[in-house]
Amino acid sequence: MLRHPWPWYIAGPLIGLIVPLLLIVGNKSFGVSSSLRHICASCVPAGIPLFKYDWKKQRWNLFFVLGILVGGFLAAALLSDPASVAVSPKLSAELAGYGITDYNNLVPREIMSWSSLFTLKGFLLMVVGGFMVGFGARYAGGCTSGHAIMGLSNLQWPSLIATVCFMIGGFIMANLILPIILSL
Amino acid sequence: MQDKASIVQQPGAPAGQKEQQPWYALLQYLLFGILFGIILVKSEVISWFRIQEMFRLEAFHMYGVIGSAVVTGMLSILLIKKFNIKTLAGQPIKIAPKSFHKGQIFGGLIFGLGWAMTGACPGPLFAQIGTGVTVITITLLSAIVGTWVYGRLQAKLPH
Repeated sequence: MLRHPWPWYIAGPLIGLIVPLLLIVGNKSFGVSSSLRHICASCVPAGIPLFKYDWKKQRWNLFFVLGILVGGFLAAALLSDPASVAVSPKLSAELAGYGITDYNNLVPREIMSWSSLFTLKGFLLMVVGGFMVGFGARYAGGCTSGHAIMGLSNLQWPSLIATVCFMIGGFIMANLILPIILSL
Repeated sequence: MQDKASIVQQPGAPAGQKEQQPWYALLQYLLFGILFGIILVKSEVISWFRIQEMFRLEAFHMYGVIGSAVVTGMLSILLIKKFNIKTLAGQPIKIAPKSFHKGQIFGGLIFGLGWAMTGACPGPLFAQIGTGVTVITITLLSAIVGTWVYGRLQAKLPH
């Protein structure tokens, strides 16, 4: 049972419960992208105002993201489902057109692997994409967890604006730009 | 510069934190992270393919996950406020409000574009690495560089 993919109505409420859990246990607000800021503040603050604060007081957040990594490892090691991810037939037909047919991994092996890192496609998707995720999240003041889940849960309208913009950006990329990148 | 930095309130900013906790008290957050990581993997939320489905409106799954997470979080905070629930240490629960600035629009759009490329937002990046997709460490490093470059340019960007 645990090995099968969990349906949304189990996973979603469980993720939502992390919000009160963190609040009640330690008065912490759910958010992942601030960990990237703490890493900058602890390693390369370079006198930048955004990184001038006592990051050690926010160490809980670094423990939390380290936990996410360990959780990923445990889920893959102990609970993995031998079946590959079942996507909509429309998507698999589209991706097949770009030579993407391997669904055994969380990311498409053909375009996201060490060997494709230095291809134009791989570089754009992994390096440029990653940069935009980090830059955009900090510019917006949060990511999917901090804005879309924590912010919306606390009825913050700036978080609603951020979430709508996340989605608009995603729609533009997936439907208009990604097809060009994938055909490179 | 300083003014700009204080205008742009960031979540997780070092406001009002009490004395530093001993390191072992932080282990509980490691545990919560582990739970979150397992949920992310088992619900396939961290799958590049699921993100593509979501942005192409080809499946309900991601909308169901995020939507029900928000509803659960909303109800939880509503109950916390209504019954004035305290932390385990007996403190009143404080949540920093988010103040609006144009970064939520510009940064939000940039984040969304990146999200559909990497197929992962920051939480899932950590989980993907954990599952053994080691190349994603490069994506994560790049996200850290992106965070740093934002910090460097913050005063020059529209907010």
